Amino acid sequence: MAKTLFDKIWDNHVVNTVEGGTAVLYIDRHFIHEVTSPQAFDGLASRNIPVFRTAQTIATADHNVPTVNQHLPISEPLSKFQVDKLIENCDKYGVSLYGLGHPYQGIVHVIGPELGITQPGMTIVCGDSHTSTHGAFGCIAFGIGTSQVEQVLASQCLLQLKPKQMRINVEGTLHQGVTAKDVILYIISKLTTSGGTGYFVEYAGSTIRNLSMEGRMTICNMSIEMGAKGGLIAPDEKTFDYVNGKKYAPKDAAFDQAVSYWKTLPTDEDASFDVEFTFQASDIMPMVTYGTNPGMGMGIRQSIPQPLDPANRNSFDKSLAYMGLQAGESLLGKEIQHVFIGSCTNSRMEDLRLVAEYVKGKQKAPHVKAMIVPGSKQVEAQVISEGLDLIFKTAGFDFREPGCSACLGMNEDKIPANEYCVSTSNRNFEGRQGPGARTILTSPLMAAAAAINGKIIDVSLD
Amino acid sequence: MEKFTLLQSTAVPLPIEDIDTDQIIPARFLKATTREGFGDNLFRDWRYQPDGSQKADFILNNPIYKGAILVAGRNFGCGSSREHAAWAIADYGFKAVVSSFFADIFKGNALNNGLLPVTVSDSFLNKIFEAIENDSNAGLEINLENQSISISNSSEVEYFEMDPYKKICLLNGYDDIDFLLSQKTIISTFEENNRYPFNPIN
Repeated sequence: MAKTLFDKIWDNHVVNTVEGGTAVLYIDRHFIHEVTSPQAFDGLASRNIPVFRTAQTIATADHNVPTVNQHLPISEPLSKFQVDKLIENCDKYGVSLYGLGHPYQGIVHVIGPELGITQPGMTIVCGDSHTSTHGAFGCIAFGIGTSQVEQVLASQCLLQLKPKQMRINVEGTLHQGVTAKDVILYIISKLTTSGGTGYFVEYAGSTIRNLSMEGRMTICNMSIEMGAKGGLIAPDEKTFDYVNGKKYAPKDAAFDQAVSYWKTLPTDEDASFDVEFTFQASDIMPMVTYGTNPGMGMGIRQSIPQPLDPANRNSFDKSLAYMGLQAGESLLGKEIQHVFIGSCTNSRMEDLRLVAEYVKGKQKAPHVKAMIVPGSKQVEAQVISEGLDLIFKTAGFDFREPGCSACLGMNEDKIPANEYCVSTSNRNFEGRQGPGARTILTSPLMAAAAAINGKIIDVSLD
Repeated sequence: MEKFTLLQSTAVPLPIEDIDTDQIIPARFLKATTREGFGDNLFRDWRYQPDGSQKADFILNNPIYKGAILVAGRNFGCGSSREHAAWAIADYGFKAVVSSFFADIFKGNALNNGLLPVTVSDSFLNKIFEAIENDSNAGLEINLENQSISISNSSEVEYFEMDPYKKICLLNGYDDIDFLLSQKTIISTFEENNRYPFNPIN
């Protein structure tokens, strides 16, 4: 029977099937971080059991860490306690930790791929909803809760019902100034913040195939923002080239053997999906969000729509009131106070090179505070080796050390109440970047342009 | 995990759609390393002013509405995978959440903590909101064995879907982890038979 990419990986990982069709699903790679793991380790301790497969478990500190002076002790006591707890747990249970000070430390979804820990055909989980990022390599990767973190630590397996499957095709050539981030924001604006719930999504079509691995990661990263369990893209030569030579990638004959297996994974031609959508790249403009969920997005030349569904009126009005915006308004020329370039969505080399190219020789608007937070120590080192940090600093941007930072405002990097932040992160929820903060999600290019101009502009015309 | 069989209670209505887990428990309150105490900060920024005083117009601050059932608008629990959201709701004292649609990860997290997510039709959800609006003492009865939810003092009843495995867990108070630990021999055999063309790291 014809199978999808998802079917092939899923079927290869079913250990057993229980009541009502629930699968015992084997997990190849388990990433952990400081925020969602301490209670899971406590669970192991109370049962007096070990981590079942330490060699498949990798830890980093990212959510809670400061993005300045990482060589000094963490000053915020609760953050310090949580990061210390991770060090203590990894030490006690024998889990590899790329913590603060380690040259591989960084946002968990940035370091997995750059170390070659993420490879096609794998099942990957982490106590973080943006685990879907790893799907860019042709993996079943999804976010889990802390009880499930404990289950994977204890058994390297999870109990899972097989989700329905959706394919989203994007076809054609993107306009000038339109990036992977705009593609995924466009898709979510069409399908809404819950349109993917219950589904695993395969992204396909010529536009997706033509994206770099980093662009594909941006796409898969935001699958959760339409409610999908995860998103994945068929591995191809671009994928194999990216993995080849990475620290934990298979080497020599083992790599060739892996590639011949990976080549069997793409969806069979006559395989079917529960639902399928096709979008045209030519319809996609640089995107901005105007509301308080990632589905509330529009092309930069469009105006904020009127609420379509009367049943949803209260939520829609509440959202616009929070943002200080009105239906019918355009965001073109909207004055902003902050720019955040970073997060597991957009903090990789390609993103930062694009920003550097745009801001080189320019100056940020005097009233804008602009922060660039690299995704990992390796990205940071590469930025410095290419001299991009000097370009950023000369343009008035604050170039920081790696972490999740103002994407979720767990550390000191917060946006003040009622101020607008153009952000390359993934969520514009109320208070996400700090209590009362107003987030406008865009691509790194749109964010860079907003910092320079002090207001939102259309980069496709720039 | 506590058993869940039958729940009769008044309910707290929150008719807002797409409530994300950042609203349920903001990230700045995720620094605890235990599961307890998150209820104090449930819906923190909707419930309290920045100075810590209560926002009078938020439903949890309205003494008329109380009970062990939270009734919320469509797509409840979207966003972050933080299980802290389920812990906060349970720690506050809720035993069930009723909505017409739940985000996947939140639903799983709730089930793993004995907090029952009950998915009803949009029309039944509206009937519940109306019943509570007319009488804040209107009760709901949730029967897990029958997979039914009814509005007291009325003939309104609806049946909800439930994963059969999770139903057994809830009715008996079983954790997934107990079951997975019982599978270790099968898991080890699976590993022996499925050597991928790549090796574990480190």
